Amino acid sequence: MLQLIARRLSVSVLLILLISFLTFVLQSLAPGDVAKTILNSGSGQLGGGYTDEQYQELRRALGLDQPLLVQYWDWLSHAIRGDLGVSPVSGVDVTSAISSRLPVTVSLVVLGTVVTAALGIGLGMISAVRGGRLGRVVDVFSVIGFALPNFWLALLLVALFAVSLGMLPATGYVPIDVSPAEWARSLILPIATLSLSATASFAKQTRDSMLDTLSRDFVRMLRANGASEASIVFRHGLRNAAIPVVTLVGLLFIGLFSGAVFIESVFALPGMGRLAVQATEQHDLPVVQGVVVVLTLVVVVTNLAVDLVYGWLNPKVRVS
Amino acid sequence: MTAVASQDLAAPSSDEPPGGNSRPAVSRTPTWRRLLRRPLAVISLAYLVLLVLAAVFADVVAPYDPADLDLDHVLSGPSAGHLLGTDPLGRDVLSRLIHGGQVSLVNGGVAALTFVMVGVATGLVAGFFGGWTDRVFTWAVDVVIAIPGLIVLLVVLTVFGGNMTVAMAALGILSAPGFARVVRGVTLGVRQELYISAAKVSGLPTRHILLRHVLPRVTGPILVQASLFFGAALLVDAGLAYLGFGVQPPTPTWGGMIIEAASVISQQPWLLVPPGITLALATLSFALLGDAIRDTSAERTGRQSGNARRRSAARRAELPRPAGAPDPAALLSVRGLTVSLPTSGGTADVVADVDLDVRPGETVGLVGESGCGKSITASALLGLLPAGGEIRTGRVQLGDVDLTTAGKSLLRSVRGSRIALISQEPVASLDPVFTAGQQVDELVRRHHGGSRQAVRARTLELLTSVRLRDPESVARRYPHELSGGMAQRVAIAMALAGEPDLLVADEPTTALDVTVQAEILRLLQSIQAERGMAVLLITHDWGVVAQVCQRAYVMYAGHVVESAPVAAMIDQPLHPYSAGLLASMPGRGRPGHHLASIPGTVPAPADWPAGCHFAPRCALATEDCAAPVPLSEPAPGRLSRCVHHDRLIEGATA
Repeated sequence: MLQLIARRLSVSVLLILLISFLTFVLQSLAPGDVAKTILNSGSGQLGGGYTDEQYQELRRALGLDQPLLVQYWDWLSHAIRGDLGVSPVSGVDVTSAISSRLPVTVSLVVLGTVVTAALGIGLGMISAVRGGRLGRVVDVFSVIGFALPNFWLALLLVALFAVSLGMLPATGYVPIDVSPAEWARSLILPIATLSLSATASFAKQTRDSMLDTLSRDFVRMLRANGASEASIVFRHGLRNAAIPVVTLVGLLFIGLFSGAVFIESVFALPGMGRLAVQATEQHDLPVVQGVVVVLTLVVVVTNLAVDLVYGWLNPKVRVS
Repeated sequence: MTAVASQDLAAPSSDEPPGGNSRPAVSRTPTWRRLLRRPLAVISLAYLVLLVLAAVFADVVAPYDPADLDLDHVLSGPSAGHLLGTDPLGRDVLSRLIHGGQVSLVNGGVAALTFVMVGVATGLVAGFFGGWTDRVFTWAVDVVIAIPGLIVLLVVLTVFGGNMTVAMAALGILSAPGFARVVRGVTLGVRQELYISAAKVSGLPTRHILLRHVLPRVTGPILVQASLFFGAALLVDAGLAYLGFGVQPPTPTWGGMIIEAASVISQQPWLLVPPGITLALATLSFALLGDAIRDTSAERTGRQSGNARRRSAARRAELPRPAGAPDPAALLSVRGLTVSLPTSGGTADVVADVDLDVRPGETVGLVGESGCGKSITASALLGLLPAGGEIRTGRVQLGDVDLTTAGKSLLRSVRGSRIALISQEPVASLDPVFTAGQQVDELVRRHHGGSRQAVRARTLELLTSVRLRDPESVARRYPHELSGGMAQRVAIAMALAGEPDLLVADEPTTALDVTVQAEILRLLQSIQAERGMAVLLITHDWGVVAQVCQRAYVMYAGHVVESAPVAAMIDQPLHPYSAGLLASMPGRGRPGHHLASIPGTVPAPADWPAGCHFAPRCALATEDCAAPVPLSEPAPGRLSRCVHHDRLIEGATA
């Protein structure tokens, strides 16, 4: 177990270094650079036109004339201390931009995961034990859920619940400390969208895992020797089926961060996904890079958590 | 793009068996033709072909120029002039949809092509060369799978100024690892096959081996994964277009049309429908097509013939007949038990008209080759038939309860306390996530209740009674920390928790070492002597029967063919099948002679003859054997289902 975690951690650290470095390399390959972006965008009081001298001066000021490795080291040594640099486009501190956006995305993704996993596990369990028609419905919806673009689904929900029925706000976000009720209302449609597309496939995978468990020898043995059905399903079945399901929850959680990029755009939620999209449109690499690093960190931590829970659930892993 | 889609991309291989299920050569009809027999696959394929053709010939097919403005007819909704209506600038939605397909399908194609090339190349190389190549591959796959894909696409788009072709190629690379793993798995499997080694030894160039021998074997998984991925890539493409990347307006794209629709969502929500549905159906088609390819290539060639199906239906009509009366002196009395199981061609009876008695304290053997129905009989006794299995007729009388008509709750109260089970794979018959002690505890609590301490004390008592040397330490261990013999002792302790009158032991020693087998048998005997418990021992091993059983039933192809006291049966079998089984025991072989064996194998239930089931393999068979043979009593206490049992005796005495 410890060995596994150590291996995971080493891969994780390498992963973060690799990805942040790759974004640096890509940056250097790209035509134009941040200095040109600033000068062209006109946010630097210079309007459209600029001289080569001004350009070179700005490059020096931004450190762009340094070799790539030096630039990377500079960025890395700051990043380790939590300083992800300053956006050359908007002049905003990247760390604070991200940390102000993080709660939005995290509420969306965490609640989305909880709702999806709860519904999915529930449906999966029921269809595993009861089988039959519900199982087929789950099958059909898992394929449909895969095929429906979630931003489109979001728009349909907006058209129905916000525009036609006027029950919920179409867009916008209210922080929880301003009004918990409004916060909840602003998240209902986004979370519903995320869950609608993911729940059925989650339920299908849970059911498959549960059916697999219930068909194993020890279940027959327990049944034959008088264990109660409740214990077989909830104690033995759930506990064994949970081992693969934990991995699924981890994948779901990570997957919803990707989903959130679209959902935040549809519902105009000021989250990390929207920040990343805006930064991408403006060629604002430090911000994009910051988001990449933070999200990679999320992935790494999630995977580690999954490993730990996995080990806790599975005595074979725990002991070895 | 759905939330999970991106993850599915990373690991699209979950239900693809690594062993390579795609060997179209095995079947006579080519895979693609079998694929076309599936209606969903045909519809999906037709829709996709339609989309591609429409996109290719957009200029000819589209009723309007996609950029034609008609400001007099904006947001018109579907009409005869504009089948799918018009957008806010009065442009024809259908025409824009047709042209929009061009960009989306090309982007999806770029992604899918990259995905396949990267996945196949890396998977083949890693699987074929192994060694450090494989280690690098595994590490790289670990890394790439952990990358938050969509955000990296945003980086790529930032750097390459919104170039969608590059982004789609990047998507293909980021999604390839899961697929590459599948290819690697299949390649590994192929590499270990003899003809590949032979090709290597004979000096064929590696490139040739890979392309001619290995690649064809991975075509199945490639098609499945490529199809699923193409669908997912379309969603990502549309999603990125929706976020404002890629081809810019006024050029129509599906994602772009969704943004335009979103801006007029309160005036004309209809506009959301055409691009969304077109896109969703395309992805759905790719997904269904992928599933169909997978199912087709996994399809087994061996199907039950229509003939056999009709025959099993005919036998259904011949039964049921009323079951005989149970033996009042018996603990367990089975009469006319007939069990059917689902097969590929409907259902078939796998146990037919079985009579069986076990008296209190007796040890009875149920003997036969695998596939003769003895384990299904055991499952039927416990009410634990697999899904779709059914007791069609017969009685299973356990004391005063008929288990075939007992309700679920009655059945549950009988299990464990009156009839219990131990089975073949001792380690697999324990739940891997609970300790041995916890599992015995559960059944002790269930049958006797009591405080935690009382339950555990009883558990330790039971573990001691199955001769475990250090019961407390065993109780703390998980099943994977137990040896087979220890696990079987724990399983016996679990079965004893409810103090049953009858223990069904389903091949209890088959999976164990010979020395452990003997110990477990001795244990069963001594427990039985102490508790006066009856045992129904299911086995294929005459040695076991001879050692512990008083009486035995021999089963063949769903029938009980002979029953007798064990000593008498071994001395003089009264059915040619029992005779054959006994003669094929290694202990009975004579030095210098071939060990006797029964020619042929047990037929599948659908192929059972109408008369004596054993006739096709029997040296004594005559035309009399073509009619159904009832059990007869050639000697007191002995039953045989053979019309020629007297000839067996003659043969033995002659």
